[in-house]
Amino acid sequence: MALLEIRDINRRFGDFEAVKDVSFAVDSGEFFTLLGPSGCGKTTILRMIAGFDLPDAGQILLDGRDLAGTPAEKRPIHTVFQSYALFPHLTVGQNVAFPLRMAKVPDTELKRRVGETLQQVHLSELADHYPHEISGGQKQRVALARGLVNRPRLLLLDEPLGALDLKLREEMQLELIKLQRDVGVTFVFVTHAQPEALALSHRIAVMNRGRIEQLDVPSRIYGFPANRFVADFIGNCNLLEARVVERRDGELRLMAAGLGEILAPASEAAGDTGVLALRPEQVRISATHEAPPFEKGGLGGIPAGAGEAGNIPLDLPLQEGGENHFPGTVRDFLYVGDVTTYQVVLDNGFELAALRPNDAPGRARFFEVGDRVTVSWDMGAGHYVPD
Amino acid sequence: MFRTSERRLARWAITAPPTLFLLAFFLAPALIVVLASFQYPGEFGGLAPLADQGDGREYGLTLENYRFFASDWLFAEILLRSFLVAAASTLICLILAYPVAWLIARSPKQHRDLLVLLVILPFASNFLIRVYAWMIILGPQAAFAKLVNGLLGALGLGPVSLLFSPFAVLVGMVYVHLPFMILPLYTNLEKHDPVLLDAAQDLGADAWQRFWRVTWPLSLPGVFSGSALVFIPVLGMFAIPDILGGTRDMLIGNLIKDQFLGVRDWPFGATLSIVLTLCVLALAWLAAWAGMARRAHA
Repeated sequence: MALLEIRDINRRFGDFEAVKDVSFAVDSGEFFTLLGPSGCGKTTILRMIAGFDLPDAGQILLDGRDLAGTPAEKRPIHTVFQSYALFPHLTVGQNVAFPLRMAKVPDTELKRRVGETLQQVHLSELADHYPHEISGGQKQRVALARGLVNRPRLLLLDEPLGALDLKLREEMQLELIKLQRDVGVTFVFVTHAQPEALALSHRIAVMNRGRIEQLDVPSRIYGFPANRFVADFIGNCNLLEARVVERRDGELRLMAAGLGEILAPASEAAGDTGVLALRPEQVRISATHEAPPFEKGGLGGIPAGAGEAGNIPLDLPLQEGGENHFPGTVRDFLYVGDVTTYQVVLDNGFELAALRPNDAPGRARFFEVGDRVTVSWDMGAGHYVPD
Repeated sequence: MFRTSERRLARWAITAPPTLFLLAFFLAPALIVVLASFQYPGEFGGLAPLADQGDGREYGLTLENYRFFASDWLFAEILLRSFLVAAASTLICLILAYPVAWLIARSPKQHRDLLVLLVILPFASNFLIRVYAWMIILGPQAAFAKLVNGLLGALGLGPVSLLFSPFAVLVGMVYVHLPFMILPLYTNLEKHDPVLLDAAQDLGADAWQRFWRVTWPLSLPGVFSGSALVFIPVLGMFAIPDILGGTRDMLIGNLIKDQFLGVRDWPFGATLSIVLTLCVLALAWLAAWAGMARRAHA
């Protein structure tokens, strides 16, 4: 039996449908993430699980028992709030002791558990400090310790890393994974930051406009997005408008707008129009030594947004050894240290992003703006998403 | 950019006028009162001269006023009664003001200013008129007195006079000073982050525990400033007991006023003022000390 089961819950605020027919189940010990843009309903679901809000329809079951009649203070569920919500008039130790005091845990037991939990989050020395005397990262840990000290059945985390700077956030991600593994408490995590969700979760529910778009493990969410929204929301993605020409064993023949015919791995999904989702890191970029086919004077001659121009293929791709090849010109690049993303305008006007790791020391890029390049990808690389 | 010396000059120029004002009109009178408490009374009020005038009358400094204060329990009793009335008024104000302040702080933002305006609206009319109004409300012919006496009569108890009683004094004190308790409490409660109450509830606190463990301790600064704003004025108040109180309800404020305006014994009035001030200071010190001890213990 699942630890937490959400059955067809709905919640509306006036005319706004915040949550529409959402169902999912969370297993004991799981790190489950609700991921989506702001306003997608993820926080509303969290508040309903915590007991601060009630669904208009549907059920929330914990260990098979309906929580509808149980007020928030009686639910064995604790929350780590985005703003931490530490009690400013209590010390770190007193903050962590708060849920134990409410549960009337005897003093000696209380002291032992507070000490243990503070040790787990490396805060033993700060027990006598007040929240205003400690840093953001430390507050975050106090909030975690306070949420975990009473061993709840479920810990809800509402964008807990949102207020931290990047470096600290990455450190906390690693600690969060370790902590969850150590204490064995089930986490339901809410975030709009997709790298965070991919890094932390066992499973992710991607939400949009009050619905779950896809629920799966991170690698499948990233690798096999179920629809256009998920493909676009998770990571960077080249979305190639495409129409199925032929379905064969193990592969699809697609007619891609602006690219012509390309090959893609087979997909069980029905539907003959959709997009081919192609990650920039799947697109290889290499130097070309041939002259540009259009002698119109560099970049100015290349029409922008050719994808909308009648969808007539200007050029047939080369298809050798199960690869899709296209010549093009570097229009722009984005250097972020470990990798550089190149925006390549193909000779037929279509634009693709290609990523290349900067594996040669001290080199920020391998190509300059205006360089002639060839982009290519394995025919097994992309993922066809029907509309 | 200003140089340091210019900035210092500017700071002096800005702070000098209020400093001078306070020195001239607050510190100097206070010192005069201290001095007066050690002097002899003048013949027709005022103070006896400090130097010998050669007319055989008393002059110079004396401890006589303080000896006189200590000579009769009556004065200490009046002082004590005043403290009790002030404490009771403060407590009643606190109990009445807290829910009001809380409701205003929790009401929609666009209504709060209007509600605060309603709280301070009574200040728009004269203080004495408002106190006299209570004479009518509490008077024997008013519906309220008839209702109370009717109820008492049904219980077999004799009729009472609501007016000219300690009850009336307390009602007046609370009525006049209530806004001074509501405003600092509201200012404090309005700043509370509502997510703290969510957190407390989430961690297992019921409504009662949420109030006593979160709202109340966080509102203590407001409680203290509101209490000071009620307690101290009530302690010195003479107009309300004069109008609404009976002859036996004299408070220290009335006693001091009488020394200056009735008995014309300025030095003894000054002595009573000094004793009252010292008592208040001692109380404030005690409260601060208790607060510090509590923090150290917590």
